[in-house]
Amino acid sequence: MLESYSFIGVFIVVAAGIASAPLLLAWLLRPSKPNPIKSSVYECGIETYGDAWVQFKAQYYVYALVFVLFDVETVFLFPWALVYNQLPLFAVIEMLIFILILAGALIYAWRKGDLEWV
Amino acid sequence: MGNNFWIAIADALRGWMGGFMPPVGVDVVMAFLRAIVLAVFGLLMFMVLTWIERKGIARFQDRLGPNKAGPYGLLQPIADGVKAITKEDITPANADRFVYNIAPILAAMGSLLVYAVVPFGQGMIGVDLDIGIFYILVVGSLGPLAVLISGWSSSNKYALLGAFRGVAQLISYEVPQILSVVTVIMIAGTMSMIGIVDKQVASTWFIVPLPLSALILLLSGMAEAGRGPFDLLEADSEIVAGYHIEYSGMKFAMFFLGEYVHAFAVSAVFSTLFLGGWQLPFFNVDNTIPWIGPLVILVKSLFIFWVMVWIRATFPRLRIDHLLNFNWKFLVPLSLLNVAVVALLDRLLSSAGYGAVDNTTVWTLVLLAANLAMLFGALWLMGRRGRRARQVDQVVEERPAAVEYAHAESVH
Repeated sequence: MLESYSFIGVFIVVAAGIASAPLLLAWLLRPSKPNPIKSSVYECGIETYGDAWVQFKAQYYVYALVFVLFDVETVFLFPWALVYNQLPLFAVIEMLIFILILAGALIYAWRKGDLEWV
Repeated sequence: MGNNFWIAIADALRGWMGGFMPPVGVDVVMAFLRAIVLAVFGLLMFMVLTWIERKGIARFQDRLGPNKAGPYGLLQPIADGVKAITKEDITPANADRFVYNIAPILAAMGSLLVYAVVPFGQGMIGVDLDIGIFYILVVGSLGPLAVLISGWSSSNKYALLGAFRGVAQLISYEVPQILSVVTVIMIAGTMSMIGIVDKQVASTWFIVPLPLSALILLLSGMAEAGRGPFDLLEADSEIVAGYHIEYSGMKFAMFFLGEYVHAFAVSAVFSTLFLGGWQLPFFNVDNTIPWIGPLVILVKSLFIFWVMVWIRATFPRLRIDHLLNFNWKFLVPLSLLNVAVVALLDRLLSSAGYGAVDNTTVWTLVLLAANLAMLFGALWLMGRRGRRARQVDQVVEERPAAVEYAHAESVH
């Protein structure tokens, strides 16, 4: 059991290595002649106006909230789906009620206008 | 399993190393070897995929595509790699340097990690985790992180816009992806990738009884990989290149690699979940020619990748509100309904003696009919909604014209 997860650890190390090896190689081979104009931020060729780290449209945050709701609730579906084959009918129907509640949450968010792009 | 050619090689290696190493050392070295083989396979596939994509898109657009470097332009990816490696790397002056440099590594790594649990044959898998498919979903959440930190650290407005769009899209499409996988887990009764393939051998390819889940997984997988009509996080013609606009040289190439490796991982996972993995119907692959299993899954995955290229060449890019509406108001309700209907039908069929393994034909036909009914019902509902919305638009548009007409009448 633990051995199979230790392979994931090994794979993370190897994947990070494989992903950074070309970057290291490029760091050795590439020229480096920076100047202020080259390293300025790109914006249509004109000089950059203001800072990019600004307050941003809150709509994206609303979607993130709806996502968190659904992501947490769908995680509860996984253990149920795994033992589904051994479950009696009433346990399946119980889970259907849970899915209905999930759908209810979706309809609530929809009616409330949280899914409208403003 | 013992007569498999590749496993025999692995056993021989083990025996050879066992001569001068403690067993723990052999295990560690073998784990590293497997990991390196899988990761390098990912890199090689990246080169093949860029060629396929560029050639395919070119053909769709009535061009020839790369044809100068080598026969049929096959060496083009190598030329691109040399170019990327020797190109100057420009970091914007006020970027957050540490995060800026970490992001491309994270993007490439997050996509490569999926290959740890993709099975290429009986016993030919990085590791057969009990929670294989769940692991893929977990690793998939590294993608939005790489997008967000690269967009934020570049200190560029286009990058920021791309990052926000990207995160909204990536996290939204995770929900139907998870829900479509739930139906497969339900039917297979396991989350192990090998277990899912074995179950398909025992019954039938899951794409036949569960075409709706397959379609939802393909669409949301494409959105997760940021491809095709869902490439809003890059959107060359709107926000130039989105989150990786300030990246040049090899760092840009790593983002590119991450995208293609992810797309191929989606294809491979799709083939495993719905197209029977490395197995063929009516034919036991395991005890025949050693390379046929990997070849089968490679062909299936490349076919799915080709479908993605096809879709990308056919459809225009979606607008952000259309994209999110399509997810939250179509895919999510549909996949919730799908889970409920499949759960109920499969339970009723199993208790009546028509389970997936007991009577595959009846089970497949009933589920197929239910899936198609749901799909066409949902499409009909969406079409009706669309027609009504267009009628309202027409009424609004006609009114000013009518007033103008009346005004013109009174003048005469």
